[in-house]
Amino acid sequence: MAIELKKVSKRVGAETHIYETSLTLEAGQFNILLGTTLSGKTSLMRLMAGLDKPSSGEVWFDGQNVTGIPVQKRSVAMVYQAFINYPNFTVFDNIASPLKVANVQQSEVNDRVRHLADLLKLTPMLKRMPSELSGGQQQRTALARALAKGADLVLLDEPLANLDYKLREELREELPKLFAGTGATVVYATSEPLEALMLGGFTSTLSAGHLIQFGETPFIYRNPSSLESAKVFSEPPINTAAVEKKGALMRLSENISWNVPDALSDAPDGRYTVGIRAYHLQPSGSGVKVSGDVQIAELSGSESIIRMIVEGNHWVSEAHGIHKYDVGTRADFYFDAEKCFYFDSQGRTVFTSRQEG
Amino acid sequence: MSRFKHAIVPTLYILFLMLPIYGLVSMSFKTTNEILGGFSFFPSNFTLENYIKIFTDPTWYNGYINSLIYVVINTVISVTVALPAAYAFSRYHFLGDKHLFFWLLTNRMAPPAVFALPFFQLYSAIELFDTHIAVALAHCLFNIPLAVWILEGFMSGVPKELDETAYLDGYSFSKFFLKIFIPTIAAGIGVTAFFCFMYSWVELLLAKTLTSVDAKPIAATMTRTASTSGYELGLLAAAGSLTIIPGAFVIYFVRNYIAKGFALGRV
Repeated sequence: MAIELKKVSKRVGAETHIYETSLTLEAGQFNILLGTTLSGKTSLMRLMAGLDKPSSGEVWFDGQNVTGIPVQKRSVAMVYQAFINYPNFTVFDNIASPLKVANVQQSEVNDRVRHLADLLKLTPMLKRMPSELSGGQQQRTALARALAKGADLVLLDEPLANLDYKLREELREELPKLFAGTGATVVYATSEPLEALMLGGFTSTLSAGHLIQFGETPFIYRNPSSLESAKVFSEPPINTAAVEKKGALMRLSENISWNVPDALSDAPDGRYTVGIRAYHLQPSGSGVKVSGDVQIAELSGSESIIRMIVEGNHWVSEAHGIHKYDVGTRADFYFDAEKCFYFDSQGRTVFTSRQEG
Repeated sequence: MSRFKHAIVPTLYILFLMLPIYGLVSMSFKTTNEILGGFSFFPSNFTLENYIKIFTDPTWYNGYINSLIYVVINTVISVTVALPAAYAFSRYHFLGDKHLFFWLLTNRMAPPAVFALPFFQLYSAIELFDTHIAVALAHCLFNIPLAVWILEGFMSGVPKELDETAYLDGYSFSKFFLKIFIPTIAAGIGVTAFFCFMYSWVELLLAKTLTSVDAKPIAATMTRTASTSGYELGLLAAAGSLTIIPGAFVIYFVRNYIAKGFALGRV
C-alpha cells in the first residue's frame, strides 16, 4: 500500500531530527533510505511506522490519514539493527506471535510459520530460544516475524549492519526476493552506497535531517541532484575541488586546467565545484593529469585505494590492479573531464555525464 | 601439589566465615547449663529439646508464622507497586523524573527508628496496631524504593525496541507487559523479591514497635526469653539457627543474579 508523508517534520526539544519532508512511496516498491549516521533514517522510519508522532505534517496510508492512529492498529512490521526477539518465546512462538495476537486459527498459524521457517532456513531451530541462535539466525527470526504479519508496510532499519560479512551478503541477496511477492511496501535503511546499489529499487538520499533526492536507485547514483546527494551516494567518497570556469577553460589551479565539456559551454563563467568518482581517477590513462602526494595506499583484493592530496584537496583513487606507493611520493593520476560532475556555488548539479559506468 | 596450595586460602576463608554460624548451631543442640558451664566445641549432651520446645510452643512458632506473613505481604506489595513505577522511570521522560528517582532512595537514608513513633501513632489511630499488614506497610517505606531501583536497572537492560516490536505485532500495553516483559525480567523480579524479603525479615525495630501479641515477630519473641533462671541460651540459639533458614532458602533460587541485585540491576 502506498505510504505518503505530507510535509512531515520531527523536533525533539530544541533539536530538529527531520526537516519538513514530503515523500510518496508506491505500493509494492523496494525503497532505500540512504544516509550516514544521524542523517535521520531511523527518525523517518519511526514516523512512517507511527512509533513517533510528527511535530507537524501528516502521514497517509493508502489514501487514509493515519497520523494519530496507534501502531497496534496499523499494518506495519519492523526489523531493527539490533536483533530483537522475544527472549522468553521459542523461535516458533516468536514467528507466530503477530498471528496469535490477531487470533489466526492454530492450523493456519502452523502452516504459515512452517512455510516461513522453510523460506528462511529456520526449520531446525523452531524449538530453540532466541538466545541459543547465532546472530544471523536471530535476525532471520526477526525477519520471519515481520513477514508473518503480512504487513502492508515493512520497515527494515539497517537489518544487516550487525551481521558478519558472509551472512550479510547472503541475506542481502535474499531480502528483495522475500518481499517481492508480498505486495508490501518495503523501506530499507542503510548507510552503505554499495548496499543500496545491490538492492536496487528506489532510493532516497538523506543528510542531516533533510531528504535530498528520491528516485530509482541507479538513476540517483548517476544523476545526483546536488553535491550533498553525490557525497551520500559515494563510497569511497567522491573527490571534490573548487574550480573556476573562464570561457572554454575549467581551472583547478595554476597547473591544472581542462576544456569545459560541451554541454556546459553555455554556462556563465564563475566558481564551480567538480566531483570525480574515485574509480574515475586512475594512475594511468588519458585525460586531465593531476599530481598528488600519496598519503596511503591500501589493497582491497584486485583493487587499490590510494589516498592523496591534490592541490590541498583530499582525494581518493580506486585503481584497478595492484599499485604500490611509498608514503609521501608524488604521483600522476588521470581523469576524464567528460565523466565529472559539476556543481554550482549552491551545490546544485549543473552537469552530469551520461556515460557513467 | 599446587592445587592443594590454591585451596588453602579459600578453605581458611570459609572456615572463618562459618565459625560463628557453627557456634550458633552447636549451641542450639546444647542445654543452657552446658553453654554457661564453659566453652566446648561439640555438644557433650546432644539434645533436641530446644527445637522441640520451639515447634510445640505456640508463643514460639507463632513468632515465625507472624514474621513470614508480614514479610511475604510486604514482598508482594513492594514488587507489585514497584513494577509499574520502575517501568515508568525506565521508559519515559517526565518533569523531574531524575529527582523523583533519587528522592526514592533518600527514603532509605533515615534510620527506621525515626519513623517508628509516627507509625505507632498513625496505626493506633486507625486501629492497625498489632496487625501483619501494619508491619508490611511500614516496611514498604524502605523496600519499595529499593525494589524500584533494582527493577529499573533490570528493565533498562531490555532494549526499548522489544516494547515497540510487541506493539507493532499488535500487543496492547497490558498484554505486552504481562506476557512478554515480565517473563523477560523474571530474574530481576526474583532478585528484587529476595532483597525485599531479606530487609523485611531482618528489620526488628519497626516490627517490634508496631506489634504486641497477635503479630509479634520472631525476633521480638527471642528478646523475651528471660525467665527466673536467667536467659535460656540454648533455646535462643535454636531460634536463631531457624531464622537463617528462610533467607538461605530464598537465596538459593536467585543465587546466580544476586551480584546484579547488589549493583541495583546495573552491570
